[in-house]
Amino acid sequence: MKILVCISHVPDTTSKINFTDGDTKFDTNGVQFVINPNDEFGLTRAMWFKEKQGAAVTVVNVGGPETEPTLRKALAIGADAAIRVNTEATDGFAVAKQLAQVVNDGGYDLIIAGRESIDYNGGMVPGMLAGMIDANFVTNCIGLEIDGTSAKAVREIDGGKETVNTSLPLVIGGQKGLVEESDLRIPNMRGIMMARKKPLTVVEPTGVSAETKAVSFEKPAPKGAVKLVDADNIDELVNLLHNEAKVI
Amino acid sequence: MSVLVYTESENGKFKKAAHEVVSYAKAVADQMGTSVTAVAINADNSESLGNYGASKVLSISDDALGTFNAKKYAAAIEQAAKNEGANVVVLSSSADSRYLAPLLAVNLEAGYLSNVVEVPSNTAPFTVKRTAFTNKAFANSEIHTDVKIVGLSNNSFGVVEAGGSANVEAFSPSIPDSGVQVESVDKATDKVSIADAEIVVSGGRGLKGPENWGMIEELAEVLGAATACSKPVSDLGWRSHSEHVGQTGKPVASNLYIAIGISGAIQHLAGINSSKVKVVVNTDPEAPFFKAADYGVVGDAFEVVPALIEKLKAFKAQNA
Ligand SMILES: Cc1cc2nc3c(=O)[nH]c(=O)nc-3n(C[C@H](O)[C@H](O)[C@H](O)COP(=O)(O)OP(=O)(O)OC[C@H]3O[C@@H](n4cnc5c(N)ncnc54)[C@H](O)[C@@H]3O)c2cc1C
Ligand SMILES: Nc1ncnc2c1ncn2[C@@H]1O[C@H](COP(=O)(O)O)[C@@H](O)[C@H]1O
Repeated sequence: MKILVCISHVPDTTSKINFTDGDTKFDTNGVQFVINPNDEFGLTRAMWFKEKQGAAVTVVNVGGPETEPTLRKALAIGADAAIRVNTEATDGFAVAKQLAQVVNDGGYDLIIAGRESIDYNGGMVPGMLAGMIDANFVTNCIGLEIDGTSAKAVREIDGGKETVNTSLPLVIGGQKGLVEESDLRIPNMRGIMMARKKPLTVVEPTGVSAETKAVSFEKPAPKGAVKLVDADNIDELVNLLHNEAKVI
Repeated sequence: MSVLVYTESENGKFKKAAHEVVSYAKAVADQMGTSVTAVAINADNSESLGNYGASKVLSISDDALGTFNAKKYAAAIEQAAKNEGANVVVLSSSADSRYLAPLLAVNLEAGYLSNVVEVPSNTAPFTVKRTAFTNKAFANSEIHTDVKIVGLSNNSFGVVEAGGSANVEAFSPSIPDSGVQVESVDKATDKVSIADAEIVVSGGRGLKGPENWGMIEELAEVLGAATACSKPVSDLGWRSHSEHVGQTGKPVASNLYIAIGISGAIQHLAGINSSKVKVVVNTDPEAPFFKAADYGVVGDAFEVVPALIEKLKAFKAQNA
């Protein structure tokens, strides 16, 4: 089985978000970038398929040279090879088009992406990719077993979960639950050394243009001070929620 | 030319989000000088959508669409959009709508934006405001394709009753085979889901252990609310993973979010920021949540929550 894990390179969850150039660009100053948390769960599940079922695992990112440390980290965790499509990730559609090309060139059976990336968090790329390459698609995936070409996946739904039967080629949008949090891997020294020798191939993009464009950014309006209610006067809280906030 | 809106139902009954997306579609249609057509799948009382601004409803009754399937539903909505010559398609932010939207976007060659929170600020170029960086910011984004798909963030527009009537037409799209079949569904039918809830009651590590969740559930029941929790609570196995909210959990966009024994870490706040009114109960007046909340009680949850339940019951009895 050939697995492709799509890795989005995103600001660490603790990052303060600021913009520059007249609020048109994300300010990367002082921001630490990491593997998108949803993709980390997917990558760890891919390692399981590698170790237990002999799968070959390639990671891919669509982005500039600045994303290479993130790909190296994925190699250090245990992926066999990495591909970087050398173009700025402009929108979900354009990224999905580039990934579709990578899948077609490499003949992957299982494509593991994340439910959404935590930066632009569109939740668009995996579904669009599946549509473009006409593969089966399961998102919000919290469990995945593969047997030959058949697959059983568990998907989180509003208010519960469902189990589905499907088959390869398959694209999933993974998230926490795909593996346990405690099973996530941190690269060790040996992994980091080995990663240096693994192939990181840079491929040039196919010509596609984005369908959408973020033209400017803004931050939420600053919050007014919290209204404190005395713990002995909970009547007042009920009153405020009813008469002032009008939410009950 | 028209605005097409997909209205979700469960067991034949429209969800509240369906009324909200129709209300939003009506506002977009008014801006563009056109009308709203709704697509309803296996729903009863489709004509009721007129009340929220739909002029026409394409009503689909098909056993092949008996359970949700992203590919099949996307195909049905695609055909409805083509039938109507729709240039804008509006969807909600439910798990199902977010699942089918990217497939629909590919089918319709449409640009798609999710998490949209306002009506377009401009219709040419078509520009909408959406959340980005998991609610830490907003992006004003343009869609450049002929057909545009807008995924509306739940509770961001509200339900507006326009008081009109809708013509219901039967519609029979052809449904493709799908390589994904549901084997089993495990869903608590008696509980409000976080996505549908107007009020969410959420507990954190300050509650000490799973045995103390009785009062959280009781508070939720009094309010008709969904229950949620912080990440460590689900990691510790006190509550199910499906209740974990925040940047790496479920997003919450309820009208009221009550956080009990939750410190207010940046990753938690990111996921619940788009809730309109936030209340925090915490023993520590320095807890970061107080900076993000509208109302706060500095106090022990084990005293405050039972008192709140009692007062709310009295309030409900009075206002019944
Ligand atoms: C990559 C990453 C992603 C993350 N994603 C998320 C996420 O999506 N969602 C999320 O929630 N977290 C997330 N976190 C974790 C986050 O950083 C915090 O650790 C977590 O939110 C803290 O949970 P808590 O507030 O329940 O617990 P704590 O931080 O332990 O806070 C407990 C609070 O309860 C109060 N308290 C104690 N006793 C009482 C009492 N008797 N009555 C009232 N209050 C009391 C305390 O004063 C304290 O403020 C993430 C972390 C990382 C690194
Ligand atoms: N630039 C990218 N390169 C590779 N994979 C990506 C990229 N952007 C998004 N993805 C994948 O698509 C998933 C969903 O991203 P998004 O649609 O941006 O929310 C991510 O979790 C990744 O697996």
